[in-house]
Amino acid sequence: MFLASSIAAFTVLSLLYRDRGSRALRISWEYFQEMVFILPAVMILMGLFAVWVKRETVVRYLGEESGLPGLLVSILLGTLPTGPLYVAFPLAAMLLKKGARVANVMVFLSAWACIKLPLELMELQFLGWKFTFLRLGLTVALVIPMGLAGEALYRSGRAVKAEGVDVSDGGMECGRGD
Amino acid sequence: MSLTAIVIDSLVGACLLASLLKDREKTASALRIALNAVKRMGPSVLAVIAVIGLIVGFIPAKWVASTIGSEKGALGLLIAAALGSVLFIPALIAFPLAKSLLDMGAGLMSMAAFITTLTMIGFVFLPLEIRELDRRFALLRNGLSFLVALAIALIMGLIL
Repeated sequence: MFLASSIAAFTVLSLLYRDRGSRALRISWEYFQEMVFILPAVMILMGLFAVWVKRETVVRYLGEESGLPGLLVSILLGTLPTGPLYVAFPLAAMLLKKGARVANVMVFLSAWACIKLPLELMELQFLGWKFTFLRLGLTVALVIPMGLAGEALYRSGRAVKAEGVDVSDGGMECGRGD
Repeated sequence: MSLTAIVIDSLVGACLLASLLKDREKTASALRIALNAVKRMGPSVLAVIAVIGLIVGFIPAKWVASTIGSEKGALGLLIAAALGSVLFIPALIAFPLAKSLLDMGAGLMSMAAFITTLTMIGFVFLPLEIRELDRRFALLRNGLSFLVALAIALIMGLIL
């Protein structure tokens, strides 16, 4: 549907405005070439992850840990490409019910949402090393205080024991495995 | 073929080879999953390539620069972050789109905010997130993600 309508729009506009149309076609062709070289690799990496990394493993390691190791584990597990964000919601709900830290679950969801290793290959390809690594590094560094703040706010609203939260920004590099 | 693509392709090739040596069956099913993903994503990838061509070919770069360009400062940043929160574009095709907008004069900060809110905040998913988790958790996570996206963008703007 989306494809058909965009191609239709492309054709109509290109026929109406020949010069702009040919420019649009040239640009699309350039992007197509860039895609062709990267897309199969991204998909193959996704397939490999799907086969070698079991979802149950993800759940097990996210369990009851707390403290910095727990938060880091949450980030690492979140980066494994095991499905789109809405797949993670029931998982997160289950973890919360089992007594996992709110901060861990929030960090996990954020990492799941915005750091997907295969997709980062696309970011590298199109936006460059500097942009990608800086954005990822900042995301990892900021998502942890965000999880802790979220946990504090969540608890204070719930009138459950609100404990002092140590917002330590480690500024760590993003863990990147092959 | 760019250097980045060569590096990435050879890394993935090495992973694939290692997987093949370890377990032929699993590797075959990984490749099947990859093929299915290509089939599933293929049409929308092609559509986005067409849309990028249309945007770059038909929308004057001046418009892009004047709404989310770097000289627009805070307003451009907020517009980009808000767009990213509302729109539902798979990250896979958001990156090339962001690049085309950057080439047209969109601000670097705006694009960093756009990509981050695009992936972390899902208006489309919000009802689902509220149902699966709970309202307070979902609203806190989405709200804080928006702030984090702005913070990431601002720091990137200062550094790059």
